Amino acid sequence: MEKQQTKQEQIKKEPWLRIVKRDALPAWKIILIYAIAIVASLLLSAIICSLFSSKNPLAFFTSLFTGAFGSPRRIWLLLQDTALLLGVAVALVPAFKMKFWNLGGNGQILVGCLAAISCMFYLGGKIPDALLILIMTVASIIAGAVWGVLPAIFKAYFGTNESLFTLMLNYIATGLVAMFITIWVKSGSGVLEPLSSGNFPALFGNKYILTVLVFLILAILMYIYLKYTKHGYEIAVVGDSPNTAKYIGIDVKRVIIRTMIISGALSGVVGLFLAGGIHHTISTASANNMGFTAIMAAWLASFNPLVMIGTCFFIIFIAKGMVEVRGNFGFTNDSIANIVIGLVYFCVIACSFFITYRVVFRKSGAKRKKTDEAKGVD
Amino acid sequence: MTIFFVSAISIATVLLYGCIGEIITEKAGHLNLGIPGIMCMGTAGGCLGVSLYMGTLSSPENASWILLILISLLFSMAFAAALGSIYALLTVTLRCNQNITGLAITVFGGGATNFIMSFVDRTYFDPAGKLISSSLPFADNLDGFGKVVFGHGIYVYLAIAVAVVCSIVLNRTRVGLHLRAVGESPATADAAGINVVLYKYVAIISGSAIAGIGGFYYIMDYIKGSWENAATIEAFGWLAIALVIFVLWKPNVAIFGAFLFGACFIVAFVIPDITSTQREIIKMLPYVVTIVVLVLTSIRKKREHQPPASLGLPYFREDR
Repeated sequence: MEKQQTKQEQIKKEPWLRIVKRDALPAWKIILIYAIAIVASLLLSAIICSLFSSKNPLAFFTSLFTGAFGSPRRIWLLLQDTALLLGVAVALVPAFKMKFWNLGGNGQILVGCLAAISCMFYLGGKIPDALLILIMTVASIIAGAVWGVLPAIFKAYFGTNESLFTLMLNYIATGLVAMFITIWVKSGSGVLEPLSSGNFPALFGNKYILTVLVFLILAILMYIYLKYTKHGYEIAVVGDSPNTAKYIGIDVKRVIIRTMIISGALSGVVGLFLAGGIHHTISTASANNMGFTAIMAAWLASFNPLVMIGTCFFIIFIAKGMVEVRGNFGFTNDSIANIVIGLVYFCVIACSFFITYRVVFRKSGAKRKKTDEAKGVD
Repeated sequence: MTIFFVSAISIATVLLYGCIGEIITEKAGHLNLGIPGIMCMGTAGGCLGVSLYMGTLSSPENASWILLILISLLFSMAFAAALGSIYALLTVTLRCNQNITGLAITVFGGGATNFIMSFVDRTYFDPAGKLISSSLPFADNLDGFGKVVFGHGIYVYLAIAVAVVCSIVLNRTRVGLHLRAVGESPATADAAGINVVLYKYVAIISGSAIAGIGGFYYIMDYIKGSWENAATIEAFGWLAIALVIFVLWKPNVAIFGAFLFGACFIVAFVIPDITSTQREIIKMLPYVVTIVVLVLTSIRKKREHQPPASLGLPYFREDR
């Protein structure tokens, strides 16, 4: 008798909730889920910020907007930084489409920047600026491509783990920059003064426009490259299933190496703009962690270069806005920005779960009876 | 020379904690790129614990060694584990991308640590740091070899003990076997009746707690209670992840690997009469060495030297 009862209980014990994979969601639902996540994370951030200061949570949002859009200069800076981040994201996206975890964006940007700066340092003043800029462009593209292709070669031939390889190359790039600074700066201050030659011209009398235009165009080109060319198709196949790729006659090794040359070279271009267009100098922090931030931006856009324009804009918007929030709320260091950005990431990452899966709750006894009857189960 | 070994061992300890934490996590099949952020969080927790404890005392001389150690250990492990459990929730239950989640954890951890540290009262960090790193009583009069072996704070010996225990548990016990099974092939482990989710959670959270001690140790023992920002500790976190590859996912080898990395790291500062350029070159050594090891192991393809087979992949039971 007792045994029977426990047996019955065991049968009844269906889990309270279980997880089921969803079919593809319509686009508007995906956008809605992301929007809810972002709003929720910002509300959470506003509450946290107001808890640690005596301001009211609404001030958080107004500060966020004035920080990002408060003056024409701020708007241009916002656009410029968005363009740079977009540039890195565009550079990384072919690699990620191929499921090649390129965590080396920082390093690839840095070597590109370093190559451009060394041209400026050694050749500046000796040759005309136009020629110098040309040489800088070639040098930084090559440098970035080399930094990108090294892990790709080993991945293609030996299956070496690329995420760790690229991660290590970041530090070697940082080390190289630190080393060259010690060579160039004799005073020992470790700060390279901005170089005057090889600076990019201001387009239409505005020094921000060139950067914005270049990376916007690159994003559109990358969209076309990935979607409408044979190369783009090969990248997608290699990413989804290397075995299928092999079977239909795609040279997987070649695709990996070629894609990483493109990825690295484009990162190098971002470095070039940092050197020639914006800072005219270099430090170990020049890449400003964009290599990692861009991964986030690309992933949020599900690796669509056009959507990345929006995600990059959003991330930079938060970063810029937080500078103002920090000032207005009286926080002593800029760490609050990272906390808020981290919270936004958490919420957005977590909501990706609800796009691929759905949660099914255990039906109550009465409900189950009904569905069972409907199905004709006794 | 003694100074060189002592400082190398100090840096090695920081790396060893981070490395062991990451090994445990990776053995469960999770590449936790959040370790740098988690180590920062451990720092923040430990420092908060120290300042709270020192705040209750009338004067810093009254501090009890054992209480200070226990409180700081507890706090740093708890804070690191808290951040680790966010990672676990996102990657195990919600099956989010591990690399993305890890990077987000690092961003958040670094920020939160700087934030917490701006509130922490650091008045008594100097005496607390000295107390925490005080060596065994009899080691004060030693010099040379004796000082290298015995002249450290308790945290150094704890790290070695953790590494040894971890190695034994992973390779000699049923729990370790199950954990490795979960990391190699979660579907097989699940079919064998192992609670995959539980193993993953416990591994990630305990790994995070261990890694967290590393960051705290760096602040209290190595730089004796001074604080700049989280960036230095983050750098150690990345190095610890590199170390995991270098030692081929073996905790007992990690003890020596960590020492080698620590030596590489410190050698640039102790060699007299080198230019700053040469110093920067030497500082790149650990990373170059890691890449070489990474490449060599992937070329040799020895089965016991490979990363856990399902590293980085989410596990969903209904997938085939």
